[in-house]
Amino acid sequence: MSDFTTWDILRNLLLSARWTVLLSIVSFVGGGLVGGALLFARIGKGRLGPAFARTYIELFQGTPLLMQLFLAFFGLGLFGIDVPAWLAAGVALILWTAAFLAEIWRGCVESIAKGQWEASSSLGMGYLQQMRWVILPQALRIAVPPTVGFSVQVVKGTALTSIIGFVELSKAGTMVTNATFEPFTVYGFVALIYFCLCWPLSKSSQILERKLNVAHRNH
Amino acid sequence: MSLIEITEVKKRFGDNEVLKGINIDVEPGEVIAIIGKSGSGKSTLLRCINGLETIDEGSISVAGAQLLPDELHLKALRLKVGMIFQGFNLFPHLTAGRNVMLSQMVVKKTPKAEAEVMAKKMLERVGLGHKFDAYPDQLSGGQQQRVAIARALAMQPIALLCDEITSALDPELVNEVLAVVKELASEGMTLMMVTHEMRFARDVCSRVVFMHQGRVHEIGPPEEVFAAPKTPELKQFLGVTH
Repeated sequence: MSDFTTWDILRNLLLSARWTVLLSIVSFVGGGLVGGALLFARIGKGRLGPAFARTYIELFQGTPLLMQLFLAFFGLGLFGIDVPAWLAAGVALILWTAAFLAEIWRGCVESIAKGQWEASSSLGMGYLQQMRWVILPQALRIAVPPTVGFSVQVVKGTALTSIIGFVELSKAGTMVTNATFEPFTVYGFVALIYFCLCWPLSKSSQILERKLNVAHRNH
Repeated sequence: MSLIEITEVKKRFGDNEVLKGINIDVEPGEVIAIIGKSGSGKSTLLRCINGLETIDEGSISVAGAQLLPDELHLKALRLKVGMIFQGFNLFPHLTAGRNVMLSQMVVKKTPKAEAEVMAKKMLERVGLGHKFDAYPDQLSGGQQQRVAIARALAMQPIALLCDEITSALDPELVNEVLAVVKELASEGMTLMMVTHEMRFARDVCSRVVFMHQGRVHEIGPPEEVFAAPKTPELKQFLGVTH
């Protein structure tokens, strides 16, 4: 049996961490786009849009991410479609992220005082103009800290994709452990790398919150 | 033809009928004060004229334009009628100048330079030319309300609706806002204002509307309404407030 140096372990983990980062970015950006569309459907007038968005959000928030991953991975397989792990992981995480971001952002939009809608209405602005010039610029400022904060959940969420065989940081940890029989060292490093990814995000969320000081300053 | 014609307007919130058939005709240049207890429907009436509330029955027209609840008609109406609110409702993310410029540029598609000139002029008019670059939270309540007036004026409305515009102000700031309104009135702007400032109503308004339980209870020139109230409700109201 060959020996592994600590560097061997760390190097392999770091290489696989690239996939964690990539998957996180894809999920977050994709989730943001889908989430934005969901947000507009959710707060729009009409009846179908809000009903659809609400159902979607409840479904994805009300089931474990793991189940969503399984369904994406095995579910489509039932129809004879062979879904590679990376695709299932990406799709499930995007849809899951979208549900949460849409709900976070809805809260931000709805926290804008009713008077802002009334004032802009009374000046003759239409719905989209109000959104574009009055509501979203204010909501965006409120949304930044919780959105950045949620990105931490996305990074940690990617760990679950190891179960369907996507080789990111957690899966690599398991594989390296199987080869080295040093679970404590390996998972210690794995945790450390996750922490290095997440901590700056949490911290920047806090800093942004203070900087934008949402409650007290509006510009 | 009257400038604002309010005919048999009824408004219900659920089972609660807050306006029970209102008829008021406002001539160009008139300054109308609407007084009454809270819950008498005066703010609701004002909000109906601007389409912020839909009416259940009756009709409202401003300078010949009917109030209909679709976006096109509403926009046409709102270009004619400006509204100023109790809570100022300035856009907090924009400077005073930008507040005044925004709707000109977005709604009327006025070029930026022109909108800026207009904004400066209007802020000047309310005595705040030097606050063009100040954000709303750097202004006092009175100043904010004056910016709100400038913002409404920049759209060049033919009438202004004022919904208790001094009620959220500290007493020492009330006068600076009323002075602006008074000047507008003297320039011939048509005004409908819900107010608790009885002295102002008496001095500046051409007619006073006393609303009670969703109806126009008394209406007339201020000297008549204040000096010789006909109904016990108005007598009591004036007694309470004096």
